[in-house]
Amino acid sequence: MTSLNLEENFQSKIDTEIKIEPKDWMPDAYRKTLIRQISQHAHSEIVGMLPEGNWITRAPSLRRKLILLAKVQDEGGHGLYLYSAAETLGADRDELVQQLLTGKAKYSSIFNYPTLNWADIGAIGWLVDGAAIMNQVMLTRTSYGPYARAMVRICKEESFHQRQGYEIMMAMAGGSPEQKAMAQDALNRWWWPSLMMFGPRDSESAHSDQASKWKIKRKSNDELRQQFVDVTVPQAERIGLSVPDPDLKWNEARGHNDFGEIDWDEFWSVVKGNGPCNRQRLQARIKAYEDGAWVREAAMAHAEKKEQRKIEPEAAVKAA
Amino acid sequence: MTDTSIKYLLQLADNALILGHRLGEWCGHAPEMELDIALTNIALDLTGQARNLYQRAAELEGQGKTEDDLAYLRDVWDFRNVLLVEQPNGDFAHTIVRQFLFDTYNYCLHQELAHSADEWVAGFAAKSLKEIAYHQRFSSEWVVRLGDGTEVSHAKMQAAIDDLWTYSGELTLPNEVEKQMASQGIGADLAKIKPAIDAKRAEVLATASLQGPTGTWMQSGGKDGRHSEHLGFILSEMQFLQRAYPGQEW
Ligand SMILES: [Fe+2]
Ligand SMILES: [Fe+2]
Repeated sequence: MTSLNLEENFQSKIDTEIKIEPKDWMPDAYRKTLIRQISQHAHSEIVGMLPEGNWITRAPSLRRKLILLAKVQDEGGHGLYLYSAAETLGADRDELVQQLLTGKAKYSSIFNYPTLNWADIGAIGWLVDGAAIMNQVMLTRTSYGPYARAMVRICKEESFHQRQGYEIMMAMAGGSPEQKAMAQDALNRWWWPSLMMFGPRDSESAHSDQASKWKIKRKSNDELRQQFVDVTVPQAERIGLSVPDPDLKWNEARGHNDFGEIDWDEFWSVVKGNGPCNRQRLQARIKAYEDGAWVREAAMAHAEKKEQRKIEPEAAVKAA
Repeated sequence: MTDTSIKYLLQLADNALILGHRLGEWCGHAPEMELDIALTNIALDLTGQARNLYQRAAELEGQGKTEDDLAYLRDVWDFRNVLLVEQPNGDFAHTIVRQFLFDTYNYCLHQELAHSADEWVAGFAAKSLKEIAYHQRFSSEWVVRLGDGTEVSHAKMQAAIDDLWTYSGELTLPNEVEKQMASQGIGADLAKIKPAIDAKRAEVLATASLQGPTGTWMQSGGKDGRHSEHLGFILSEMQFLQRAYPGQEW
């Protein structure tokens, strides 16, 4: 087939909702876009373990401690799963990790905010996992097969996380005055960064057109953001917390909530590395990587020696 | 059921809780993503076991306490865990050696407890044994891997063994509670399981070409509430919310 035919054939598969699989022909740009997006997603899962991991040793009950441990572990599993999906496109996990550690690759900015009180663990589950679900449910129908299938599995766990986070918020919002204050404080700090998770406005977004033609992304940033606001606002009301946006108002005509303008200066500032925890998050990953180097080297050396020992006795037998 | 039985359950529970807590400190920081998940798995198992044991202890006490009262509202002198499990994570070698020394003991212990005269203890031990068998396999494999791997890893492992060996004796040195429980057939006879523990350790260390030191002074006291300086810091972190905001639901 000529390259023109290949390209037409590829696009017609996408148009007729046939998934693209690893061995199928695909345009270079499609492959690159996906590797970038999937690896960023993987990095986000891994870096995302840090703000929540921060509270594992301080979880206030054994039950909460178990739930949090399991949740953070799930996120690690999501990271691994997504790196594998990126590898089906010919990427190499170690190289992708290097891109994260050198600051060349991005991860979700939301994890550059600090977890300051226990309700932050509730807020992250409720809002951050909640926002991630909006995006990931859409991605279960993305055009690349392995990515779509990874999302199906991941989404089930994310919605579990979302419910558990909301449950923490509910317990605290209905608890003592101090607990309620913690819950409100957490919502105040996490609300706007959660809305920022959906990315720049559609009018500003660099990648959207091509990504939607290839059905990598099937809803726009603004559509997903609106969906998130509409779902989340009544949840806040139900537990008596107030969303920190004076412009938030139900718009009967649109059938949606109107909401205030995101502070885009803050958004870009965090993307550029100036969030409250960008430095700490990256340093933590680099430290884990560097401190663990001798362990990974030893594991490899042992595996090689073991192989060698398997071969040597055979050789000895043959020689005899 | 007596006060001694409760103390015995608390010894088991505190070991599991504190070691699980230490492993939880690794979460997000392990040398490899797969290891992060494995260490968290063990932390989950141990914390789950602690939870069961505290529930049972609270039930026997009959004073309306909860599992969380026992975990979060006792002070250092009330904790009955061995000194080994409260030792800091250190580098990965220290974490693995600590785990290995504990798992080899814990596995033989639960094998024995699975035949306890107390039905609840026997059931708990049988159920936990599957998890503990996995822990022992994991830590033993890593002892071999790192002992055999490179010169650097071998040296780090040997250093960790030399550091932690002093806490390995307490595990099989019975205190009054354990003696009484063993004599009633509820607890394990530590003298009886010691040879199997020593043999397993020796076998794995030999495969890893590592040396278990001889003539080491063995520290003890944890089982009776005399701890190292580390436990106070563990508890001040772990118990912070329960202490700062007493009596709340979370
Ligand atoms: Fe996730
Ligand atoms: Fe999640």
